[in-house]
Amino acid sequence: MDKFTVLSAVAAALPEANIDTDKIIPARFLKTTQRTGLGKHAFDSMRYLAEGSENPDFVLNQQPWRQAEILVTYDNLGCGSSREHAPWALLDFGIRCVIAPSFADIFFNNCFKNGILPIRLPRDICDALMGDAAMGSNARLTVDLPRQVVIRPDGQEVPFEIDPFRKHMLLEGLDDIGQTLQHEGEITVFEQTVAGERPWMPKISFE
Amino acid sequence: MAPRTLFDKIWDHHVVETLPDGTSILYIDRHLLHEVTSPQAFEGLRLAGRKLRHPEMTVAVVDHNVPTSDRTQPIEEPESRNQIETLERNVKEFGVPYIPLLSANQGIVHVVGPEQGISLPGMTIVCGDSHTSTHGAMGALAFGIGTSEVEHVMATQTILQRPAKNMRVTVEGTLGAGVSAKDVMLAIIGHIGTAGGTGHVIEFAGSAIRGLDMAGRMTICNMSIEAGARAGLVAPDDVTFDYVRGRPFAPKGEDFDKAVAYWRTLSSDDGAHFDTEVTLRAEDIAPSLTWGTSPETVLPITATVPDPAQESDEAKRVQMQRMLDYMGLDAGQKIAGTPVDVVFIGSCTNSRIEDLRAAANVAAGRKVADGVRAMIVPGSGLVKRQAEEEGLDKIFLDAGFEWREAGCSMCLGMNPDRLTPGQRCASTSNRNFEGRQGPGGRTHLLSPAMAAAAAVTGCLTDVRELA
Ligand code: SF4
Repeated sequence: MDKFTVLSAVAAALPEANIDTDKIIPARFLKTTQRTGLGKHAFDSMRYLAEGSENPDFVLNQQPWRQAEILVTYDNLGCGSSREHAPWALLDFGIRCVIAPSFADIFFNNCFKNGILPIRLPRDICDALMGDAAMGSNARLTVDLPRQVVIRPDGQEVPFEIDPFRKHMLLEGLDDIGQTLQHEGEITVFEQTVAGERPWMPKISFE
Repeated sequence: MAPRTLFDKIWDHHVVETLPDGTSILYIDRHLLHEVTSPQAFEGLRLAGRKLRHPEMTVAVVDHNVPTSDRTQPIEEPESRNQIETLERNVKEFGVPYIPLLSANQGIVHVVGPEQGISLPGMTIVCGDSHTSTHGAMGALAFGIGTSEVEHVMATQTILQRPAKNMRVTVEGTLGAGVSAKDVMLAIIGHIGTAGGTGHVIEFAGSAIRGLDMAGRMTICNMSIEAGARAGLVAPDDVTFDYVRGRPFAPKGEDFDKAVAYWRTLSSDDGAHFDTEVTLRAEDIAPSLTWGTSPETVLPITATVPDPAQESDEAKRVQMQRMLDYMGLDAGQKIAGTPVDVVFIGSCTNSRIEDLRAAANVAAGRKVADGVRAMIVPGSGLVKRQAEEEGLDKIFLDAGFEWREAGCSMCLGMNPDRLTPGQRCASTSNRNFEGRQGPGGRTHLLSPAMAAAAAVTGCLTDVRELA
């Protein structure tokens, strides 16, 4: 997983509440064998018109927001089905940080698991950030995770809260696997001990 | 040391470390892979530049999506073909031992594991499939995991877990004629309900369980998950050791003796604490089946379909009525005599040689009833071959059954074997959810002998009447 430290990027505003995971990635795209590649289907129903062409009115189809790495929305982002495909789709599109007044629980957790930083900020601040986002590439937002602040284009700093353990995981780019691998020494010792106790444990090979 | 349960012992033997929040890093001895839940895990490894920590503790097999008819033709459904081809690429790239579609050893992952001696007593075994509980019959701690956990096991050979609660289900006595392990398990699930085992690992004990062969014990442990449990267990004994001896990946010679000496220590100590205890009498169990769309809707074949009007709980009443409507049954009707369209004998619950023998016993000298489609799907290529050596295929074919190739088949409607809307199926599988065997399909779960009885009479039938 990529580390998350300081992100300076274009932000896109989606001024809607209750954007559910089905909107983020519709069920019909779940038969894939991959985690990557879902970005082109992210927000499918909003992003494409009925006949399949891009909806020119949708923000992520416009410059410079095609390059957006930060998303700002209203309440309850990521509600609905628990599919991990939702953060997979956002990440594949290029989103590394989502900001909203509130999030659905499972989606919130799934973001961390996939290296996306979800930030809870009050609605009036989200409104202000959406105003900044509308200015496009002239008004990049900076998310400074070590200092726990969002820096607006005018230099104003907005502090945010984050669980210290999760902050550590993001800063180090650790997923559950990364975390467990920090105990690799113990795993190796365990393997050596058990190999001694159970010398009969067969290896599998069809060679 | 305080007396411990079988679960406690296997657990204690596999804890690498317990973290401050109470989660343990649990070591995994066997990781079984199949084509549906592994692709994103392999991809995750690739993206992170990681390898499998222990490919030689891992085995992959294709089962869920494979057709069970002619296998020499390319697989028709593009998504199934893609998942299978993806697995084949992945096992090559990561060096995972693999049993390909055309191998005689291919079969349902939960049939193949014990059959090959890959699953052994005392092990921890995981697979991205909920019916991994099957391997608990070996006296192993075996449970299903999600795709992120599959990747975690690939990379670390461990899983993050909290200990489960201990439950013991004891069945004492002697099973009556026509009563099999499937009937016992249906009776248990009917008794404790589909949430009865939640948060627990169930140890199955008592003389009736001890008296079962390994296939029967696997049937019981297989459906632990239908009782809500994380896993099922049967303590290993001489039946287990005789089964294991000589299997391809079982320890050999002196190693085998050492292993058995260790395996003999794997039983619950006298006085070990169980959070929940349930006891059933074997004599009370009749040939059984489900009438509804939840595995706990169990009836003896002699009973009538329950009447929602008798149910005082409003929510349950509504749910019962919905089940009756879906299943096309009337309250109060006798369940025996209900005509069936399809009979499916197979799945990781009941597709082993013992299951096929039980079905053949009923089918011998009889004919599949007019208008009934009856299929036999052996659990593995080896089961199929063994059945053919015993002449079971001839019995089935003469009676008018289809004799198919190994795979999950009609257990889940993910491959070409599916029910059509409204079809009623007597099935030896493990789930009767709406649409599980195909959209609109109606499933009655029952034993192989009961399924064969339904095939030859054309309706749900008390197998004891065909004796
Ligand atoms: S036979 Fe059915 S329950 Fe068993 S592994 Fe296959 S799909 Fe799952």
